[in-house]
Amino acid sequence: MISCAQAVRELWDYLDGLVDDAERAAVEEHLSVCRRCCGELEFAEELRGFLARNADEELPPDVHARLTATLHGLEGR
Amino acid sequence: MAADGACTEDTDPADAARRRFRELAEPELPRLYRLARRLVGDDAEDAVQDCLLNAYRRLGQLEHGDAAPAWLTRILVNCCRDRHRRRARRPQEVAVEDIEQFSLYRKLADEDPFPYSDSLHLDFLHRFGREDVQAVLATLPEHYRTPLLLVYVDGFLAKEVAQMTKVPLGTILARLHRGRKLFERRLWEYAEANEMLREPVA
Ligand SMILES: [Zn+2]
Repeated sequence: MISCAQAVRELWDYLDGLVDDAERAAVEEHLSVCRRCCGELEFAEELRGFLARNADEELPPDVHARLTATLHGLEGR
Repeated sequence: MAADGACTEDTDPADAARRRFRELAEPELPRLYRLARRLVGDDAEDAVQDCLLNAYRRLGQLEHGDAAPAWLTRILVNCCRDRHRRRARRPQEVAVEDIEQFSLYRKLADEDPFPYSDSLHLDFLHRFGREDVQAVLATLPEHYRTPLLLVYVDGFLAKEVAQMTKVPLGTILARLHRGRKLFERRLWEYAEANEMLREPVA
């Protein structure tokens, strides 16, 4: 059985599907008996969505207009 | 085909190329701008402009329209790097061994008195607004920030990021791992610095 420290190290890779079958089985075995690491896994999932949502940013209309103007003004450069 | 105007346009290869490029690039503008903001801040618009002009000059290198998002992203990342280099900012040094072991979840769980509900520590995350997260991201060294944004925000695969940035896949995976850990750690440090901890939960 892998330790909590090992399980925690693997959790994001596990979530991202970057672990091989043996690593996946080891993480799942640990999660099946460790509530704290299950909490950590849920938190990692939450944090990933949180990062994606909050890193987003609107393209300001004036910037959009200038960039579009560049696209329309392309000549034989 | 459509009106005469369109047909005339199609007869000129340069016009056809310009139009093809517009059709590929225009839908990508919001995403490219957002990424540039995270990479070079206030220089974002200039970086996207550089990217569009560079990409247009190299349009012949793009084999399939499907590859356009990754291709434009790669060019943008390079343009942002050039801007970084010109400003000659020294990368922040981060001790790898300090990052690897950090767990925000455990930090929160060990807070005493524990001010958060026990479900997912959401109370902690809910205190952060978009501007806070952007401020935290801005503190990450570029070689961690770029793969983090490309994978977790833009949804590229790690191997695509490796191709885009011409960095070996193993290095990208290690940077993703450390970038996530460093993001957790910097969230915690930001919360501490801004007294976002230990307040009563609203
Ligand atoms: Zn455990």
